[in-house]
Amino acid sequence: MKKKPFAWQHNPGFGTFTWAVMAFLYIPLAVLFVYSFNANRQVTVWSHFSFKWFAVVAQDANIRLCAYNSIIVAVAATAISVAIAIPAALALERGPGFKGRALSVGLITMPLVVPEIVTAIATLIFFSTIGMANGLLNLIIAHTVFCIPFALLPIQARLQALGGGFEDAARDLYGTEWRIFRRITVPLLMPGIISGAVLAFVISLDDFLISFMVSSSGSTTLPVYVYGMMRLGVTPEVNAISTILLVASAALAALAFVFTRPPGSEAPAKTTN
Amino acid sequence: MSDSKPSPCIEIHAVDKIFGSEASGYRALDNVSLTIKDKEFFTLLGPSGCGKTTLLRMLAGFETPTRGDIYLHGRNVVELPPRARRVNMVFQNYALFPHLTVAQNIAFGLEMLDWKKPQIGERVAKMLSLVRLEEFSARKPAQLSGGQQQRVALARALAPQPEVLLLDEPLSALDLKLRKEMQSELKRLQRETGITFILVTHDQEEALAMSDRLAVMSGGRVLQAGTPEEIYSRPASRFVADFIGEANIIPGEALGRSGTLAIRPEHITLGAGTPARLRGAVREITFLGADTLFEIAVPHGTEILKIRARLRGRAPDVEVDGHVWLHWPDEVEWGVDG
Repeated sequence: MKKKPFAWQHNPGFGTFTWAVMAFLYIPLAVLFVYSFNANRQVTVWSHFSFKWFAVVAQDANIRLCAYNSIIVAVAATAISVAIAIPAALALERGPGFKGRALSVGLITMPLVVPEIVTAIATLIFFSTIGMANGLLNLIIAHTVFCIPFALLPIQARLQALGGGFEDAARDLYGTEWRIFRRITVPLLMPGIISGAVLAFVISLDDFLISFMVSSSGSTTLPVYVYGMMRLGVTPEVNAISTILLVASAALAALAFVFTRPPGSEAPAKTTN
Repeated sequence: MSDSKPSPCIEIHAVDKIFGSEASGYRALDNVSLTIKDKEFFTLLGPSGCGKTTLLRMLAGFETPTRGDIYLHGRNVVELPPRARRVNMVFQNYALFPHLTVAQNIAFGLEMLDWKKPQIGERVAKMLSLVRLEEFSARKPAQLSGGQQQRVALARALAPQPEVLLLDEPLSALDLKLRKEMQSELKRLQRETGITFILVTHDQEEALAMSDRLAVMSGGRVLQAGTPEEIYSRPASRFVADFIGEANIIPGEALGRSGTLAIRPEHITLGAGTPARLRGAVREITFLGADTLFEIAVPHGTEILKIRARLRGRAPDVEVDGHVWLHWPDEVEWGVDG
C-alpha cells in the first residue's frame, strides 16, 4: 500500500479530540444559557422553561443602571478609540517612514500584553494621585486606553491590504487629501473600522478587572455588578444577565462578520506601484 | 530632431533620481534628458528596474527628481503635486475604486475639478461611448473582465482632458489576444483624442508597433531615442540592438576587420556552395511557421560564434551538422561598441 502523506485530520482520534475540546469550551456556556431559562429559584435544579428571571433582571433598578453605565462606557470608549485609531493607522501605514515607527506600534499595542491587573492597579493609582474621581469619565478614559489596540489592529491590517494605489489614483485625479480621505479612504476602510469598533465595544462591555478597580459606587458596570451578586451565590439573575451579555456579544460579532464580508468578489486587489 | 513643427509637450532636463542617500543610495535615473512632442505616442522601453516606471511616476508627480527639471508645455512642474498637473495616469493594475460604479469612477476626476453635475453627466456618457462600455455604467469594477476594467481605467484618465496620458504597463495583465486588440484600441483612442500618450513597457514588440517615437532605457539611462525604424535599423549600442529584436554580434577579426559588428538574423542568407563571408556548421533548425530559424556555429580562433539566421519561406537544402556559407549585404550590418 502506498504511504499517504501525513495529514492531521486523518489521524486516529483527531475527531474525538476536536470534539472534546469543543465540549470543554462550550458545554459550560450552554449550561449557563439553558439554566437562565429555568423557572426554579435553585439554579441547579431544573423545573420548567420560563423568561421569569429576564423579567426580574429587567425590572431591577440597580441592574438597569449598571447596564446603562456599561453601554455608555462602551459606546464612548469605542467612539474615542476608533477616532484615535484611524489617524494612527494612517500615520503608521501611509505616513513617511519615521524613526521610532516600530516603537510606536509596540507602545500602542502594549495593553494587549501587559497583565490586566497591572494596568488596573496602575490606572487606579494614577486617578487617585491626580485626584480625579469622576465615576463614568474615569471608566471611559480607562476603557479607551485598552480599546485602542483592538480598534487599531483591524484598521491597520485593512490599510495594509488595500495598499496606497487607490489613494495615488485619486491624487492623480485632482483629489485634495481631505476629499480623498472622505471619498476613497474611509469607504474602503469601512470593513476594518467596523471590525475595530465591534472588537473595542465587546472588549469594553465585558471588561471586569479594570472596571472593578476604577469604578465607584454610582458608576458600576454590569460585569462588576454581577461579580458583586455572585458573593451571595449564583442566582438565576446572574445566569440571565450572563446570557444577555453573551447574546449581545455574539450578535455584535455576527453583525461585524456580515458587514465586513466583501460583497460579491469585491475583495480589494492590492495596488502596488 | 528639433526641426519638426509640433511644440514640445514635455522636456526632461538632466534628471537624476537617487533613492536613499547620495553616496550609498540607489540611482534609479541617471542624467535623463528627453523631449516629447505634442500629440505624440511616446514609449519608454526597457527591462524591469531600468527606471522607466520611476520616470513615468515623476511625470505624474508621485516622485520628485533629485536633480534636474521637467517642463510641461514650458512650465517647470517638478515642485507640483499630482493634482496640480493636467496629467493623468492609467495604473498597471488599474486602481479602479472598487466601491464606485464604472460611471462614478469615470466621474471622479471631474468631481474633484468641481465640474457642474450636468457637464459631468455629459462627459461621462461621452467617455463611456468612447471606450464602448455604455451598458456597463452601473457595474462595479469587480463585475468586469480584465479588458473592460482596462477600458474603464482609460476612460477615467481621459475624462478630465489631460495634456498627457501616462500608461504604466497597461497591457501586461491581459492575455495575448486581448493585448493585440487593446494595442489598436489605444492607437485609436490616441488618434481620436489628440492627447500625448506616454507608455511604459518592457515588451519591445509592443513598443515598435505602437509608438511614434520611443526611448530605450537601461540602468537608469536613456540609451537611445528615436522612431521605431531608426532604432531598429540603427541601434546605437549592443544593448539596444539586442533588446530591440535580435542581433548577432560578430567580432570584426572574424571577417578580417577591426571593431565589432551586429547583424539581424533575418538579414543573413545561407548558401551551401558559393563561398561567402563566414562558414559554419548548422547546429539546430527550428521551424517557426512562416520562418525557419537556423543556429550556426562558426569557429573563430579558439572560440565558437553562435549565429542565428532567420529565413523566410522555403529553407535552403541544409541539414543539421551540414556546413553552410553565411552572407549578407553591406548595408544591413552596423558597427557597435564592445
